[in-house]
Amino acid sequence: MTVVPAGEGFVGLVRAGGTVRIIDLEGNQAADTLLYDAHDLDNRYSAFDTIREQRSAYLTTGSQLLSTELDVLMTLTADTVGRHDTIGGACSQESNVLRYGEHTRHMHACRETFLRTGAQVGIGARQLTHNINFFMNVPVTSDGGLSFADGLSSPGQYVELTAERDVFVLISNCPQLNNPCNGWNPTPIQVVVREPA
Amino acid sequence: MLVAHDVPGGAAWSVRVRAGRELRCTALGPDANLSLLLLRADDPLDRLNVPDTLKAQMSACVRAPMVLMSDRGIGLATVTGSSLDWHDALCGHSTDVHVAPFGLTSYQDVRNERRVSARAGLLSELRKHGRDRADLHGSVNLFSKVALDDSGGLARVPGWSAEGDWVTLRSEVELLVLMSTSIHPLATTWAPPPVRVEISEAPADESARLFRDESARALEQAARAVV
Repeated sequence: MTVVPAGEGFVGLVRAGGTVRIIDLEGNQAADTLLYDAHDLDNRYSAFDTIREQRSAYLTTGSQLLSTELDVLMTLTADTVGRHDTIGGACSQESNVLRYGEHTRHMHACRETFLRTGAQVGIGARQLTHNINFFMNVPVTSDGGLSFADGLSSPGQYVELTAERDVFVLISNCPQLNNPCNGWNPTPIQVVVREPA
Repeated sequence: MLVAHDVPGGAAWSVRVRAGRELRCTALGPDANLSLLLLRADDPLDRLNVPDTLKAQMSACVRAPMVLMSDRGIGLATVTGSSLDWHDALCGHSTDVHVAPFGLTSYQDVRNERRVSARAGLLSELRKHGRDRADLHGSVNLFSKVALDDSGGLARVPGWSAEGDWVTLRSEVELLVLMSTSIHPLATTWAPPPVRVEISEAPADESARLFRDESARALEQAARAVV
């Protein structure tokens, strides 16, 4: 059991059949998450393969989180929120500049956390890819619109993922202050890894 | 015109393009698909980042005059125009799993008529440049539309593009452009038409700069990508 403060990262091995639970302790907190086959880092989570194969833009209970090789890395086996984003990607200093202006360049961002934390298991810039945003609400519309909206999560809500093979779970607890993805107030999450029964 | 090349249906191609070029892609048959990846030629770790492109411009698809943005916040290319107002950005690219229903074929059996997925074609092009699976980011699928409903459901729109439909891209930095004309992963037939790619000097274009502040800033960053 690990409490991950806002702006910090987590990486852990979840063995096949084991689970990871990510708990939004204070509500409305984005947990940017990447998954990697622990034995083949290039067989990594693929947001667009996942979206396409389930024919839905959002993740929820039952979503199979696919890799670039179309292997099921993990299954979303519990979700008390109901809907999570995997289109919006992670924040970076550079994307903050594009979205909010030059004055945000030196604000802390998820990409730095991914790189610092991922380095512990050999995940570098080349291995980073398009992530999941648990507890984040990014509605899309039939006319092609997309927006970052107020979160749907509240204190104590959680997701639980079951590993279908040995998986590295890499999380950045998002430090974003420039949009409502963290309710304008980034807060801690808790991560609980359970070994297979 | 500097270069004109017809990419046969179901094939893949890559080309290095200097900054300030126009790439005009034209469908040479109905229901075309062009799965496209962009890497910076001078710094191939900086790749087209589809999520950053979509969120910065508040769009669930690619359309003119959006700027295609990189991992490190550089405007790689501008979609300067198109006869279509929706290009799919959410469905990745076809793999052997998507080609198999139409019969995977071998070179031994059918020579160059073999059916190759977009994934296989893009990987083949990436490997020519010393790149590999780790460099395979999300692509966009020009000429294809996958409609969204208001609950987030997806359905490919068959026949979205017709012969003669076109899209123009302006390179904002020097690029490695990788493309596959294989089928869209949600296609229900194997009938990929060729796509003509014409590369020329790009005319001045202010549409993206005027479109959104985010798009304008991506172009500013492109101008100072290498100082």
